[in-house]
Amino acid sequence: MNRRTLLASAAALALTAMLPALPAMAQGTPIPEGEKLKVGFIYVGPVGDGGWSYQHDLGRKAIEAHYGDRIETSYIENVPEGADAERALTQLALAGNKLIFATSFGFMDAVINTAAKFPDVRFEHATGYKRAENVATYDARFYEGRAVLGTIAGMMTKTNKVGFIGSFPIPEVMQGINSTFIHLRKVNPDVELKVVWAYTWFDPAKEADAASALLAEGVDVILQHTDSTAPLAKLQEKGGIGFGQASDMAAFKPTPRVSAIIDNWEPYYIKRVGEVLDGTWASHGVWLGIKDGEVGIGEITEAVPAEVKAAAEAMRDQIAGGYHPFTGPLNKQDGSAWLAEGQTPTDEELASMDFFVEGITAQIPR
Amino acid sequence: MLQLEPRAATPWWLAIASPLMAVVATMVAGGALFALMGFDPVASIRTIFWDPLFGPASGYSRPQLLVKAGPLILIASGLAIGFRAGIWNIGAEGQYIIGGICGAAVALAAYPAEGAWIFPAMVLAGAAGGWAWGMIPATLRNWTGASEILVSLMLVYVAQRVAAWMAFGPMRSPEGFGMPGSRNLQHYPSAANPELAAGTGAHWGVIAAGLAVLATWFLMSRHIRGFRIRVAGMAPRAARFAGVRPETLVAFCLGLSGALAGMAGLFEVSGPGGQITDSFGSGYGFTAIIVAFLGRLHPLGILLAGLLLALTYIGGELAQLMLQLPAATVQVFQGMLLFFLLGFDTLTRYRLRWRAAK
Amino acid sequence: MIGWTTLLLLMSAATPILFAALGEAIAERSGVLNLGVEGMMITGALAGFAAAHATGSPLAGFVAGAAAGAAISLIFGVLTQYLLTNQVATGLALTMFGLGLTAMFGRPYEGVKAPSMPGGPLGVNWAIWLGLALVPVTWFVLNRTRRGLILRGVGENHDAAHALGYKVRLVRLTAIAIGGALAGIGGAYVSIATVLQWTEGMTAGAGWIALAIVVFAGWSPWGVLAGAWLFGGVAVLQLRLQAAGVAVPVQLLSMAPYLATIIVLVIISARQKYRGRGSAAPGSLGRPFHATR
Repeated sequence: MNRRTLLASAAALALTAMLPALPAMAQGTPIPEGEKLKVGFIYVGPVGDGGWSYQHDLGRKAIEAHYGDRIETSYIENVPEGADAERALTQLALAGNKLIFATSFGFMDAVINTAAKFPDVRFEHATGYKRAENVATYDARFYEGRAVLGTIAGMMTKTNKVGFIGSFPIPEVMQGINSTFIHLRKVNPDVELKVVWAYTWFDPAKEADAASALLAEGVDVILQHTDSTAPLAKLQEKGGIGFGQASDMAAFKPTPRVSAIIDNWEPYYIKRVGEVLDGTWASHGVWLGIKDGEVGIGEITEAVPAEVKAAAEAMRDQIAGGYHPFTGPLNKQDGSAWLAEGQTPTDEELASMDFFVEGITAQIPR
Repeated sequence: MLQLEPRAATPWWLAIASPLMAVVATMVAGGALFALMGFDPVASIRTIFWDPLFGPASGYSRPQLLVKAGPLILIASGLAIGFRAGIWNIGAEGQYIIGGICGAAVALAAYPAEGAWIFPAMVLAGAAGGWAWGMIPATLRNWTGASEILVSLMLVYVAQRVAAWMAFGPMRSPEGFGMPGSRNLQHYPSAANPELAAGTGAHWGVIAAGLAVLATWFLMSRHIRGFRIRVAGMAPRAARFAGVRPETLVAFCLGLSGALAGMAGLFEVSGPGGQITDSFGSGYGFTAIIVAFLGRLHPLGILLAGLLLALTYIGGELAQLMLQLPAATVQVFQGMLLFFLLGFDTLTRYRLRWRAAK
Repeated sequence: MIGWTTLLLLMSAATPILFAALGEAIAERSGVLNLGVEGMMITGALAGFAAAHATGSPLAGFVAGAAAGAAISLIFGVLTQYLLTNQVATGLALTMFGLGLTAMFGRPYEGVKAPSMPGGPLGVNWAIWLGLALVPVTWFVLNRTRRGLILRGVGENHDAAHALGYKVRLVRLTAIAIGGALAGIGGAYVSIATVLQWTEGMTAGAGWIALAIVVFAGWSPWGVLAGAWLFGGVAVLQLRLQAAGVAVPVQLLSMAPYLATIIVLVIISARQKYRGRGSAAPGSLGRPFHATR
């Protein structure tokens, strides 16, 4: 069950079908000892962003440590999405990289274009939905981690007001907000969720202002789906708790950072590099979660009472054991039925989620 | 003390030598910086300046120079005309964005119809969008005297937000699973602006850039309007006596540079970029200002300056890839290159003289 | 909605752009258009953070931020004033250089926390008070002192000022350095007081907003305060409205201050053109000065 096919929608299939037929890949030819596999990465931000690109770079370092001199890695950082991405990918392919990780959604079309030109190079594209014989996609079920953080937040809030700093109204973030809210309400039926859209992935000053705006609304717990530590810094100054996002953000332990949702790409990267080395790599679309170690829950600090910690860990273990954070009965925000008792959504449905669940009072910007 | 004295005319050899000296100075200072950071300076410089042109993968990167330089040259050609006349359009980035949006709007409205009229209509719409965005500061300056520098700059910010609004709202692709960004025009044959011949990098935007260089050269050196522009820049009052209406000139220069920037945006969105996203403006409009100055506002100089800047971008990526040089180092290097080029440029306009202090 | 907390938020959000815009206003009043504000701010942000981290004192951080901002602004100053390079191009180059340089030297400070800012009267930290106090001080110096008069004279008509025997380049170099120092303080505020960490590119365009504010302000310090509060206010208010559950057209709203800036500029320009009143841009803004004798 850990290799669910992400999407089989007509659109994605049609696009894949439109691509020129690829010559059969040299699947099943292991790379002999003594020959180095070159692995390339492109990052949308700087490796020092302390969040998204930083975590992918940790993955790169992990494969270096794991495979030693059997592989060689290189990366290009700060790559704008669009034409520049295609050039960066091509440069990596021309430099002899046989496995290339493209670590942002916006690289999607560039990856597909480049992959068509280099049929003997394998591409791994994070969070996209277009695939080809030599393009695999991978993503993380961040919403599973949100269920755990939501549990902590719901039990920790004293004002019964929890804040969420969203980046952009896209499905990944919608899933996170909905999952957070469902699990807030599970442990605390009186809690309210306040949502602020920052319209940025990374703008420390703006994120700090967003945190302040939430605090001024009486919020005392903040979750964020933006990458900087600024909201935690604000919480430290003004009181309240929050969580690390993307990376552990350990500098703010034990409080205000009481736990974290960690993008842990290391197991997946190690596995896929290994598959190329032993000749078993094949294209796929995977969406991995807590069970696979791709979504990590950072250490729950002593600032959290023991029973809250226990509840959070129980939630984490339940999810690893097969509990789906979106399990019916659930209605949409407008009251219309979404999931019946015990029903869970398909991955296609989740991947294009554009609505709030019932009970959230915030509105989605249009 | 050392003083600057204006030259009556720039000797031809100095016009060539000064950018070369600047490049050499950047190599020396940049090399020192790389060495300081623990990188091999010779290898770093070679990777940035030599490898994209003659290195092992140059068969790919040489055409890419055209892709990167095309919009810079196209925009800078238009800007330089205004700069010559003392009309400062620094909002080309906004005109580029609006041109891209207008051109893409035609394509998205026509989708999925196919027809030979679509691409030319997009080019017109792109040029018209850029022209209109450029005419705002022109009109405001002519009516009220508001500085075109500041109005055009403010309109960049507005255009950036229009792009974000489009990507999340009206232009969002219905097949994009709720992600921001328009349809990819590369996948829409009638609207696409692909490579015209495989492996050359040349798309319609590159052709347009070449034409713009020729046309602006002709305008500035062979046409009466070019003469007026030069006179207006050098001696505004004399120009007025000669019957040059400043209002016409402002409208002409801002409109033309806006139209060219808008076309650059259109060629980018229909070609290498593919779609309108919230970050569609990627700084070409600002970089083109630098290109215009590095090219000393001369069409041929702009051609070379555009290629040089494209070289540092592509070489910078190679240096990251081959030598693990951080992206920031390359950015510092580019900054230094600009400082040196601007500084050495002074020598072409002024001569240094020792003079006893008064 | 508009309570003391919102006002506090607004003041905090406005402080970095207030410092930077005051500095740029001084530079522009002397006739220099420096588009390198973003580069100077980010330099101040890193230097300020590094110093605050090393000494444990936010005050030392602000001093270092000011010094670093002034130092890097002098590259621009020497190039534009002594080598007569174009101000627009040099300013853009300065932004690029500053962003790159700080990203390069900032690596060791990633993931490190700053010492916390001491609070001040009424729950407002003293850096905010300093920013507010600088507004009347700048106004007074520009409009009521001889030095301010000289600075404005140089900005209005550098040839006349030169003919009167004033050292145009020295005045401008000083104004550029003051502008750099204030931009540096603004940047340091972002890293030391707002975010409490260093990350590359953390000023995220605040320098460009500062440029807009100066225009909005019509080059007056009080106008700069109003502009900083308007830009900071729109940013904070839309976040507050969102937090309160109101659906806000974020993109359209965030355009508003820029459109307002254009309108203000048009009004003051038109007043000057048709009625000969008010002051639009300084007469020599952006023009290089070269003494002909």
